[in-house]
Amino acid sequence: MTPAPVPETAAPGAVVGSGEHILSVRGLTAHVAGQQVVEHVDLEVAATGVTALLGRNGVGKTSTIKAVMGLIGRTGRIDLAGQDISGLPTHKVAQLGVGYVPEDREVFSALTVSENLRIAERPGHAHQYDLVYDLFPELKQRAGQAAGTLSGGQQQMVSLARALLNDNRVLLVDEPTKGLAPRLVQEVGQVLARAAEVVPVLLVEQNLQVVRELAQHAVVLTGGRSVHHGAAAAFLNDPELTQRLLGVSTGAEGSV
Amino acid sequence: MSEVILLAVTGVGLGAIYFLVASGLSLIYGLMHVLNFAHGVFLTLGAFLGLEVAQRLGASTWTGFAVSLLVGALAGAAFAALTERVLVQKLYNRHIEQVLVTVGLGLAAVALFDGIWGTDPRFPRGPAWLSETTTIGGANIPNIVFVAIISAAAVLAAVVLFLKHTRYGMIIRAGVENRAMVTALGIDVRNAFTLVFTIGGAAAGIGGVLASHHFGYVSPMLGQTLLIFAFIVTVIGGLGSLIGAAVASVLVALLQQFANFYLWGTGDFAVVILLALVLLTRPSGLMGRKA
Repeated sequence: MTPAPVPETAAPGAVVGSGEHILSVRGLTAHVAGQQVVEHVDLEVAATGVTALLGRNGVGKTSTIKAVMGLIGRTGRIDLAGQDISGLPTHKVAQLGVGYVPEDREVFSALTVSENLRIAERPGHAHQYDLVYDLFPELKQRAGQAAGTLSGGQQQMVSLARALLNDNRVLLVDEPTKGLAPRLVQEVGQVLARAAEVVPVLLVEQNLQVVRELAQHAVVLTGGRSVHHGAAAAFLNDPELTQRLLGVSTGAEGSV
Repeated sequence: MSEVILLAVTGVGLGAIYFLVASGLSLIYGLMHVLNFAHGVFLTLGAFLGLEVAQRLGASTWTGFAVSLLVGALAGAAFAALTERVLVQKLYNRHIEQVLVTVGLGLAAVALFDGIWGTDPRFPRGPAWLSETTTIGGANIPNIVFVAIISAAAVLAAVVLFLKHTRYGMIIRAGVENRAMVTALGIDVRNAFTLVFTIGGAAAGIGGVLASHHFGYVSPMLGQTLLIFAFIVTVIGGLGSLIGAAVASVLVALLQQFANFYLWGTGDFAVVILLALVLLTRPSGLMGRKA
């Protein structure tokens, strides 16, 4: 599953996006307020299933996702299904079918739940309200409630629902279980598993148990660079590797 | 007693004019984080063009007055939209430069108005009824005060309905809260920027026509003078909050009126004290979001 890195001299877009990868990042460097936060990251998101983006705290996982979205300044090449999106503004990236579930939910707290969903409706797309309300029946009951008054778990549902509402080509999901109770962690995991049946997902996740359950592929960042590409299970089952790259030890049971 | 009523009602009337300037400022800052120092010149342009049109149509007719309000709104809206598209948007996310360009535009526009209309004030005439008074509780209140209050209330209601019940309104409310996330949903937020400037410019233009009748004159500096109080109102109300701007407009104007009358003309001073108190105790304003 691990492709050899595409040689620098490869014709742009010639290899990537040819079915195996939906998203391909080459030499991505990103900066916030003049400070470099991501340095020369290469990564691929498989065209199906969940690709986990792993690494220690502060290594640049969130920044990598933000850079793909164009939310922070970036250089390098980012191909979405073979199309270079690295020069596009954020709204164009999203319009091309990149769904974004940010760290900390970022629901619009002054808007109602139903407004949070309506604002996410992309014109010219079919909107999957059936799917969303099937996954999160609670959101239908709370349609008129201000999103700021929801619990953290409910806000996470809104944030996920916003991304699942449109027909996306890839979802970028950043720490969806952060700060959630164990029962909700499971629920979010189930939702992502179901989403991943129809759309590939790039997942940043600290909870390795969730990663173990969901991810088929793993990319590990260290020091702002990507150092490991491989099958998620193989990586997580290698205690020496996880200790070195993540600073945690994982047994085969993954009791993290 | 009639004194208090007179001060209170004219205070609310003054607050109405402050609100027409401050509403746009507050929305523009809330959504774009731009302090628009040129906002006063939208008002002045509206006042001058409204006056010109009214004179041609018959200044003392109601038609002339109504059309002057409309022209004031359109002039303010057009000037504001142009400002946003030509100057502010080019400096997207460069806030210092945006402030500098609006300061520059404010100075240049005042100079332009000086050139066109002269530095002396012009005195608008309106329908006779406007300069008459209505007696409430023994107080003789100029009728223009009621027109100002009703106009500002109508603008407030219209903007609130727009924000609550249209897609663009929803985008603006969401953008005030978290602009980056709005773009991450695939929305080109720049159109909302232009729209907010346009709405703010229209409100200021209406404010200009009303202010010219309320104060009895128009001069090239009229708007920029009001702008200072509008900024204070915006900060007290909470940057980005429309309702906050409405409440603070009335509060500031009432304080100013009463302090001027009872505390030996210290109205402006009292307003600055209020500003300081609010900043010290509630830095994000009466209705602003906690930063």
